[in-house]
Amino acid sequence: MARSSDQLIETDIERYLEHQQRKTLLRFIMCGSVDDGKSTLIGRLLYESHLVFDDHLRALETDSKRIGTQGDELDLALLVDGLAAEREQGITIDVAYRFFATEARKFIVADAPGHEQYTRNMITGASTADLAVVLVDARKGILTQTRRHTYLLSLIGVQKIVLAVNKLDLVGYSRETFDLVDAEYREFAKEIGITDVVSIPVSALRGDNVTRRSSNTPWYTGSTLIGILESIDLDSDRRDSPFRMPVQWVNRPDSGFRGFAGTVVSGVLHPGDPVRLTPSGRQSTVSRIVTADGDLDEAVSGQAITVTLKDEIDVSRGDLLASAEAPPSVADQFEAHIVWMNDQEMLPGRSYLMKIGTLTVGLTIAHPKYKINVNTLEHVAAKSLGLNEIGVCNLNLDRPVPYDRYADNRDTGGFIVIDRITNNTVGCGMLHFALRRADNIHWQSIDVNKAAHAALNHQRPCIVWFTGLSGAGKSTIANLVERKLHQRGLHSYLLDGDNVRHGLNKDLGFTEADRVENIRRVAEVAALMVDAGLIVLASFISPFRSERLLARDLVSTTEFCEVFVDVTLAVAEQRDPKGLYRKARQGELLNLTGIDSPYEPPEHPEIHVDSTSLSAEQASDLVIAWLGAAGVIESA
Amino acid sequence: MSPLTHLQALEGESIHILREAVAESERPVMLYSVGKDSSVMLHLAGKAFYPGPIPFPLLHVDTTWKFRDMYVFRDKRVAELGVDLVVYQNPECLKLGINPFTHGSELHTAMWKTEGLKQALDLYGFDVAFGGARRDEETSRAKERVFSIRSPQHRWDPKQQRPELWRLYNARRSPGETVRVFPLSNWTELDVWQYIHQEDIPVVPLYFAAKRPVVERGGTLILVDDDRMPLEVGETPTLRTVRFRTLGCYPLTGAIESEARDVLSIIGEMMRATNSERQGRVIDHDASGSMEKKKQEGYF
Repeated sequence: MARSSDQLIETDIERYLEHQQRKTLLRFIMCGSVDDGKSTLIGRLLYESHLVFDDHLRALETDSKRIGTQGDELDLALLVDGLAAEREQGITIDVAYRFFATEARKFIVADAPGHEQYTRNMITGASTADLAVVLVDARKGILTQTRRHTYLLSLIGVQKIVLAVNKLDLVGYSRETFDLVDAEYREFAKEIGITDVVSIPVSALRGDNVTRRSSNTPWYTGSTLIGILESIDLDSDRRDSPFRMPVQWVNRPDSGFRGFAGTVVSGVLHPGDPVRLTPSGRQSTVSRIVTADGDLDEAVSGQAITVTLKDEIDVSRGDLLASAEAPPSVADQFEAHIVWMNDQEMLPGRSYLMKIGTLTVGLTIAHPKYKINVNTLEHVAAKSLGLNEIGVCNLNLDRPVPYDRYADNRDTGGFIVIDRITNNTVGCGMLHFALRRADNIHWQSIDVNKAAHAALNHQRPCIVWFTGLSGAGKSTIANLVERKLHQRGLHSYLLDGDNVRHGLNKDLGFTEADRVENIRRVAEVAALMVDAGLIVLASFISPFRSERLLARDLVSTTEFCEVFVDVTLAVAEQRDPKGLYRKARQGELLNLTGIDSPYEPPEHPEIHVDSTSLSAEQASDLVIAWLGAAGVIESA
Repeated sequence: MSPLTHLQALEGESIHILREAVAESERPVMLYSVGKDSSVMLHLAGKAFYPGPIPFPLLHVDTTWKFRDMYVFRDKRVAELGVDLVVYQNPECLKLGINPFTHGSELHTAMWKTEGLKQALDLYGFDVAFGGARRDEETSRAKERVFSIRSPQHRWDPKQQRPELWRLYNARRSPGETVRVFPLSNWTELDVWQYIHQEDIPVVPLYFAAKRPVVERGGTLILVDDDRMPLEVGETPTLRTVRFRTLGCYPLTGAIESEARDVLSIIGEMMRATNSERQGRVIDHDASGSMEKKKQEGYF
């Protein structure tokens, strides 16, 4: 709280409040490392906006003496330290959000740390930021990390940058130094497409040009940092872009009301506006914009509203309500930037989930075209993406989604990637454009379809998927099952792990990524064979749940039977029909499942075979009985 | 139209969060602690689902040691709004008669609130629980996600938090996991009071100054709210004009001397305030970094 307002608080609280309630909100991110004085600058902003309370100040005084770095003076950086662990380490380990306010605005500052985890945290913090403050140490100038921060800002679409040239007190408030840093930064920013840069000479430690103009820099005629943050234009960009509102929730309290609730993410909406519902493409007209405070004549970006339409059209969560004049495109294959945010590397071909807007769909990511060295901006060849790596990849969705290019709209072009098994958010991405092949390659409509094939064969097609450790007996059981099917005159095909690797998948090794691709291809082949009306027996170690889930998802729910051939590692190792365990134990073979590569057992297999107590013959009878009971084949 | 005001922007964000959580859960519930943050959260829920009813019940994890005025206010509001209220009291605490005087604030809070909350969530099978916590309350809260995943044992792992980008919240959970959702994450105490003023939201009268019988203990003014409070030798309650900045169990919540008898005066007082809100809470002072420890154990 600036002191000038104190008097108003005393004399006319109501007028003061009215003024307060006209404040706007600015979200920004502070980029830099602890060495640049980032925490000190944030601490200074909190301190000078009088938002540090007495009890916090007392704690600060104690802490400053105990662990501070400023001798007897207050160490403002300690104000922004959070978790006990990091306080001891002297580093922050995650994104934190701080709040302060001036007469004109409330501010939310995303504070992301400056070490290894930086990419993930900074991308997260910047995703909601209107602006970034990039902090550099005047003595060091533009460093690799400054370039990295700026590149990440351009990637996530933060176009407005305030360059705070800090520690100017340590270079004698030299104008020359400031000008050099300023010029070098502008040149670099321009190279990556950022032109909206304002530079300020500051000392976070001494307070120069943070909230007060400093007499130490008479040559600087611009605003203070706060002055700039208060006056930067906020959302004219969003207002000018086409109307978009992802539908969150269909509100039907009774038969008389049917409204579509959501948050306007861009553009402006009025009653009477023509709108298009995507992906269905249906059009209608806005009837009312309903809120608890009465109907609105106009809704803008950031408002949570409920829309009713003139026509009765089918709308559900995940649909995107959009301007009929400038509707979004719809596609299911894209090129995108992916930022990987999980310790477990991205596996091309694995089935993930994508959440975009309010829609969650199945997603597979192809091998990266390249990854980007965030320090040099070089493109580097890559087979996969690890934690904090950024790459450009093609995406394949399991259904078409409405979208805008991320460059045009953050909310309809940005997405997160969710792991199907852990449910964690493992990455995020920004859509560039739809792949033309998605537009041009449609499913060929074929007259003789799956049902027709199956009817001719007097059987229902399905996949029987055998999974288990090497030596569990999968292939033996599958072979017996196929012989029994054949005896009954049924049409089947056995896909075997070893055989497939001689041809279709001979380019693949045994790394985790290659194993995923191996199973993805097999699953697609099996699904095509189901389409041809066959009973497909697939015998693969298939160690990962995600890939088995992928195979299951490719066919309808009644067409998949997972057979878990269960054996203890000890028994499998003792059998060792191919001598693989022996080699692995001697270190001659790497990545053998059960030894140095994990096996994730099925949680709910259709059939669970304990191959230590059941003979292969008995196991094959179990499978045949299941197929009979499920109606795949006629019961014997 | 001019850009949204900061209160409009916060309101929009909170409603978005409420709707998103309800759309992605099976049995949502709102933790209702009767305080001002709960009042604001409840008001926002009314707006989010208007003209429909609030599509989830409220859960009050009761300790039997709240201020009497809080119970009166709670029952009145619930009746006015026609929402479902579930009151849960940890039966073990009832049996053992756990109280802050004989058992100390730490055990009292752990058993009634932390344990009680876990039991209630398990008993009713709630998978998503809204809480009114704000990031400005305490330093460890500054890093809390809006959607915070808890293990089947209700533990919070600060190292395993999901990144939250744009307006995209990930509420997916594995069997047994639950999600705590904080719609007021980006609000400050001042925002809350300004919004209460703007929207005319009812709050418990204890927030407003009045003459109340208090005793001073360790520099904290404690209200003698009922006769369960044991007075020490030579201690006599005196009538002082006090109010509360935060409400919890009465023996654990310090009053401040104040003349602020309405919302406007509270805001005026706050502008000049020099003590942060949680300071009145005895439980935060147990040990350094204590809030973080409590959260890891499952405290809200």
